[in-house]
Amino acid sequence: MHELSITQNILNIVNEHAQRAGAQRITIINLVVGELTGFIDDSIQFYFDMLSPGTLSEGAKLAIRRVPARIRCRACSEEFELRDFNWVCPQCSAIGGDVIQGREFLVESIEVE
Amino acid sequence: MKVSVIKDILSANDEIALQNRQLLDKHGICVMNVMASPGGGKTSLILRTIDALRDRVRIAVVEGDIASTVDADRVAKKSVPVVQINTGGQCHLDAPMLRLALAKLPLADLDLVMIENVGNLICPVDFKLGENLNVMIASAPEGDDKPYKYPGIFIAVDAVVINKIDLLPYLRFDMPAFRKLILGMNPDVHIFEVSCETGQGTEDWAEWVAQQIQTKLK
Ligand SMILES: Nc1nc2c(ncn2[C@@H]2O[C@H](COP(=O)(O)OP(=O)(O)O)[C@@H](O)[C@H]2O)c(=O)[nH]1
Ligand SMILES: [Mg+2]
Ligand SMILES: [Zn+2]
Repeated sequence: MHELSITQNILNIVNEHAQRAGAQRITIINLVVGELTGFIDDSIQFYFDMLSPGTLSEGAKLAIRRVPARIRCRACSEEFELRDFNWVCPQCSAIGGDVIQGREFLVESIEVE
Repeated sequence: MKVSVIKDILSANDEIALQNRQLLDKHGICVMNVMASPGGGKTSLILRTIDALRDRVRIAVVEGDIASTVDADRVAKKSVPVVQINTGGQCHLDAPMLRLALAKLPLADLDLVMIENVGNLICPVDFKLGENLNVMIASAPEGDDKPYKYPGIFIAVDAVVINKIDLLPYLRFDMPAFRKLILGMNPDVHIFEVSCETGQGTEDWAEWVAQQIQTKLK
């Protein structure tokens, strides 16, 4: 598990942005996590609860938006969502293609007061 | 009040990876990140690659291991420079660790650095090191359903090495279906079928590595 160091990165990023905005505290942290990354929500939450006390993030809600994987078929250019890891193009039945979404891992925004 | 951030959570690692890459580019070194499950054959493939290329390529190895030096010792017997990184329990190498390792290597005298990442199919994928090539070993006994279970790594690599093909007679492993699935997920990937035990296919693999060194760097 590497969510410890990851969660520390998240805290560094949001605390810095909150400080720059002159905020007293962060209420919500909006994360975007692609389905094709190896990051696990519960584990990030666990380390967040451990690391956030005493920082501007203490008590903030972690809102994690998972984005599904999307594939663009190389045969017919159809874009489709990857479901149950079935890589067959629904349009032309070719297998797979280029991944155009699903590898995101970012802090999108924070709510502060 | 809402504050827009839009910052990649791994940006701190990515920046150091970029610095590693710039340092390696400056020295004209090709870096290969080798990933696989524990026991997939990372160390074995690295040893085979050294044997095949040592007359024409100056090679060093970085061994990422959670605690032991067993693999580093195996590589050191080949008389190539080897640096051991103990990750202290961490499930993957990261760019700061590679930076420390590179500082211990004779960069002016190298063409290829092979990195044995920690045995794991999930975590290493998300952490850039500064590599030119990402390679995964899928050993046949692990089964032909791995691409369904670990899509992240199959779409991220430049080459998939299917290892332990000497064991195919004893396994239920649908090679054509496996190849077709991987190529579907990652249409540009290069696939090699090898046995690090018998040496079958390892020459073709090593030839590809030699070509990559030429095209990427020269
Ligand atoms: N039969 C067979 N065994 C192999 C092959 N490649 C590696 N092994 C064995 O698999 C085990 C793990 O190999 P190793 O290279 O240490 O894997 P690593 O943990 O990924 O570095 C060792 O016992 C090797 O001898 C192969 O092609 N065929
Ligand atoms: Mg090994
Ligand atoms: Zn299609």
